[in-house]
Amino acid sequence: MVWFSLLVLIPLAAIVATAGDGGWHGYVDTLTNSQSWAAIKLTVGQSLLVTGVNVVMGTMIAWVLVRDRFWGKRLLDLVIDIPFAMPTIVAGLVLLGLYGPDSPLGINVSNTRASVTLALAFVTLPFIVRTVQPVLTELEADVEEAAASLGAGRATILRRIVLPSIVPSIAAGAALSFARAISEYGSLVLLSGSLPFHTEAVSVRVLSFIEGGDRTSAAALATIMLGVALAVIVALDVLQRRVARRG
Amino acid sequence: MSIEIDGVNKRFGDFVALENVNVSLPTGQLTALLGPSGGGKSTLLRIIAGLERADTGTVSIEGVDATRMSPRKRNVGFVFQHYAVFKHMTVAKNVAFGLEIRTHGGLRPPWTSRRLRDRERMQARVDELLKLVHLSQFADRLPSQLSGGQRQRMALARALAVQPKVLLLDEPFGALDAKVRKELREWLRRLHDEVPVTTVFVTHDQEEAMEVADEIVVINEGRIEQVGTPDSLYDEPANEFVMGFLGEVTRLGELRLRPHDIEVGLGPDLAGSTPVDVLRVTRVGFEVRLVAGTEEGQEVSVVTTRAHARALDLEEGRRVWLTPSNGTATVPAMKSLRVG
Repeated sequence: MVWFSLLVLIPLAAIVATAGDGGWHGYVDTLTNSQSWAAIKLTVGQSLLVTGVNVVMGTMIAWVLVRDRFWGKRLLDLVIDIPFAMPTIVAGLVLLGLYGPDSPLGINVSNTRASVTLALAFVTLPFIVRTVQPVLTELEADVEEAAASLGAGRATILRRIVLPSIVPSIAAGAALSFARAISEYGSLVLLSGSLPFHTEAVSVRVLSFIEGGDRTSAAALATIMLGVALAVIVALDVLQRRVARRG
Repeated sequence: MSIEIDGVNKRFGDFVALENVNVSLPTGQLTALLGPSGGGKSTLLRIIAGLERADTGTVSIEGVDATRMSPRKRNVGFVFQHYAVFKHMTVAKNVAFGLEIRTHGGLRPPWTSRRLRDRERMQARVDELLKLVHLSQFADRLPSQLSGGQRQRMALARALAVQPKVLLLDEPFGALDAKVRKELREWLRRLHDEVPVTTVFVTHDQEEAMEVADEIVVINEGRIEQVGTPDSLYDEPANEFVMGFLGEVTRLGELRLRPHDIEVGLGPDLAGSTPVDVLRVTRVGFEVRLVAGTEEGQEVSVVTTRAHARALDLEEGRRVWLTPSNGTATVPAMKSLRVG
């Protein structure tokens, strides 16, 4: 508990306290500052979008890795972790090289919103795959066979037997993926160009506040993001419980 | 005949699981597929259920060719060794699963009166089944809150809910401890007398098969060794394997027979008796086990009662004469080299 306090609780409290220096004004000013508001909208919106994409794609990739047999499966299984293991600024460099102005593929998304989506999707891909995969592996074949012999078709088995079992892990992966996305800095700062009102993410905005010596605004913005992260994680947990109970 | 299996072969890679299996399983009876592990009995059961497909041969259930039918269309109930419960559903929901799928597939809107009536009917059926398997008070629990025996009874109710034409059980009591296993098999026998659906169960426990089944199919190394009632198998085994698998076997001269089918005498007054020396005497509960040596150095096991052993004053080193009892199941020992 002391460890947890030192590591998590005290720094969090410090942020909230710093933000409190400016009183309610600090929050209101930050929120009404249209540039900050745009950054919040962009970051939260893109993070939700990317998490949504991951829920579908990550689950499908996990399914394929567990259930299908194909050439190169072991390699794919290994490669999945690379975006996660790479330093984010390196990821940013890779993306800039591939989808930047000198793209060998002829795709240039630099300085557009798509670059933010792309960068976030790249770094958050492994989360859901890695949380769902072990649960799918553990799923007993005889449970699905039992459902089939009771008259369930493939779609029904998927919806009523498989999905409820993996929803908790999808939700856990989604929470991780969302948390990573709203805090992302390195991978998107290079490709997005951080144009105010257009492609500037919250993390970039916080940094520029600090560089400008405005710690109170930085802390206020940080506290707001803390609240958003908390809200989304709680919402995912509630959703997960409801789906898992319904059956 | 309820289930007809004709010329079924099944291989897994190089391993021959079933080799030209032909068998008919009678309607309304409780049949045991008995044999050692890896002998192909579970594979045969899974082929009947459609969970496995035979390489060649046909399966028909109640006169309908089911060889290529998917498991969901066969209308068979299947009970797995490890229960295969739906963990996230309550006991009642587990039992209702098959009924729900059959009535509306969950697709009709919940507010229609038709669906309300369906629900009432399902509820009544679930209550009835839970009562049948003595789990009424556990209806709203999750399977993880039940013991192994209770989970298996729930799995049985779930399989029976859809009124299957045949009920298939794959080592249903294999994962339970000895006491619960014994209770459950007695209970299964009574249940079958109450609800006489054609039932086939797989077991490697010959005692279980003999106690519960009307008919036993002995399967070994992918082949059917013998089909018959428990008594006929025990008394007239077709070969050494069946004899050895259904009970203890010993050798007396050129015969293979059961240790309790040997009479012990104090003199050579019976025709065909063999003189032996008692080597060891072991008391196990109400019975006494002897190991005796013949003059040729053959060791013979004999089981007798305590009272008889006391009357004869059996102890180590004593000379006695052994005779096969009348009407004993015997198999000549030299015919086959296969060890049971």
